[in-house]
Amino acid sequence: MTSRLADVKTDSREPQVDLSVRIGRLTLANPVMPASGTFAEGLEQVFDFNRLGAFVTKTITRDYRSGNPTPRVAETASGMLNSIGIPSKGLATFLSDTLPFYRRYRPPLIVSISAPTAEQFAELARELTVPGIAAIEANISCPNIEADGRAFAMLPDSTETVVRRLRAATELPLWVKLTPNTADIAAVASAAEAAGADALVVANTILGMAVDADTFRPRLGSIMGGLSGPAVKPIILRMTYQAARAVSIPVIGCGGIGTAEDAVEYLLAGATAVQVGTATFLHPNATPEIIDGLATFCCRRGIARIEDLVGALVLDDASLPAAAS
Amino acid sequence: MTLARPGQFFHLLCTGEMGMLAPFFRRPMSAYLADPSSGRLEFLYKVNGRGTRALAALQPGEELNVLGPLGRGFRLDPSWKNIVVVGRGVGLATLAPLAEAAAAQRIKVTAILSARRPDLLMSAERFQNTGARVLPVYDSDGSSAPEEVEKLLDRLIASRLADAFFVCGSQRLLRLLQRFSETHAIPGQVALEQQMACGLGMCFCCVRPFREDGKIAQRRVCWEGPVFNLQEALA
Repeated sequence: MTSRLADVKTDSREPQVDLSVRIGRLTLANPVMPASGTFAEGLEQVFDFNRLGAFVTKTITRDYRSGNPTPRVAETASGMLNSIGIPSKGLATFLSDTLPFYRRYRPPLIVSISAPTAEQFAELARELTVPGIAAIEANISCPNIEADGRAFAMLPDSTETVVRRLRAATELPLWVKLTPNTADIAAVASAAEAAGADALVVANTILGMAVDADTFRPRLGSIMGGLSGPAVKPIILRMTYQAARAVSIPVIGCGGIGTAEDAVEYLLAGATAVQVGTATFLHPNATPEIIDGLATFCCRRGIARIEDLVGALVLDDASLPAAAS
Repeated sequence: MTLARPGQFFHLLCTGEMGMLAPFFRRPMSAYLADPSSGRLEFLYKVNGRGTRALAALQPGEELNVLGPLGRGFRLDPSWKNIVVVGRGVGLATLAPLAEAAAAQRIKVTAILSARRPDLLMSAERFQNTGARVLPVYDSDGSSAPEEVEKLLDRLIASRLADAFFVCGSQRLLRLLQRFSETHAIPGQVALEQQMACGLGMCFCCVRPFREDGKIAQRRVCWEGPVFNLQEALA
């Protein structure tokens, strides 16, 4: 028996390769960061937070939210369905308690935010434009109450509207987290770029559902929820590729990444950095292990700078659609 | 130096030979025995789902990835001389290490152990070996009925043998103990269960409702618990 809490190494070797990446005007020491909602202060027992490329907070809202009814998660084949419902202690508690905690560490702090309207999104971003916050990640995959509950990022128009308001509200780098539940990820990505996003995060969870055949009930308290984990990787990898082709701003890949090889696949498909989420729930030190694994991968393949992997997917002429040539 | 405090839990990665059928999440399980001198860790479980089936399929010598100890365990106030632990089913596995810790602090333990039938009562010997006075109660002879357990509690309180209550494994016993705790102003703690994903306070899926300043607050069983103030838990 091994206890991971006891045997986790905090590996502080200098990487022999340059793992740093640029996301707009931010430079990250390495391209690996937690996905929003899959990270908390408790992980401090497991690894050295200064190893992260960046922190990404759980999504905060302006006011207190208690979250969704339980059960809030269900396990699926190689995946996880969740409908946590963005429980949040609100902006004031974030500024008084959470922000000082993260300021003790070196990695830049990215604050994920959510709001029910474009104006409230902008207002929250304005209030978070304070020292110690390196960038805003706008979680526009949440329901827009002005559009019958449809997520902002479902359509290019609503994406452009909310990102434009956010852009006007803050000078901080603005990352926009997209939803995979859209028909045209490239069009939504282009709309976010046109409205002033500095980077895109592709993507939030895929809407799904699970039913208990014994009880005839849905497995989630709110019936439907977001699918994540290894099950979604091929879909989100494809969307990362499509989004990265459509825009010239950096794309951050997020979907089913659990190993350094997964991360390499996302970089090759066009991601400049990656976010690790569900994997951390199973292996709390997944993130530092992926960082170590990326350094090892680059050494083994003679890659001096990890940025050289970004978009380095090798395509034979024959695999390109005729219309593109 | 302790391997785990009573009431703390470990998060078990139940993989093994199950392949695609293995459960995706870890499974939280409180330590049945955590002996620092031998480095021995024991879990007591009932096979009733994919996680426990995968555990049961493990062969001697195979490795099991465990994360922990996690969470906040039971707290024993040095001023307590006599405590009452009340448990049912696998809840007894959580309470057995508490009885041992109490004995080590010279706190006398009365253990009301509830089961459907005498042959299904687990761990009575573990409690007896700590010097605890064991009062088994059963559904089969009616002794586990609330009014019967209430009589036991009344006698223990009258004999000044109840400085604190500890409960695990039954919502019905939880409600009963909450009532006694409030009526007699006796403090108490409850170890609660909830489905978990991360076990480290990140995912917020294992929340349960608690009374807090006249309001209802959601707390994480893995992080703020799994042991909570008896009066604050909403049964």
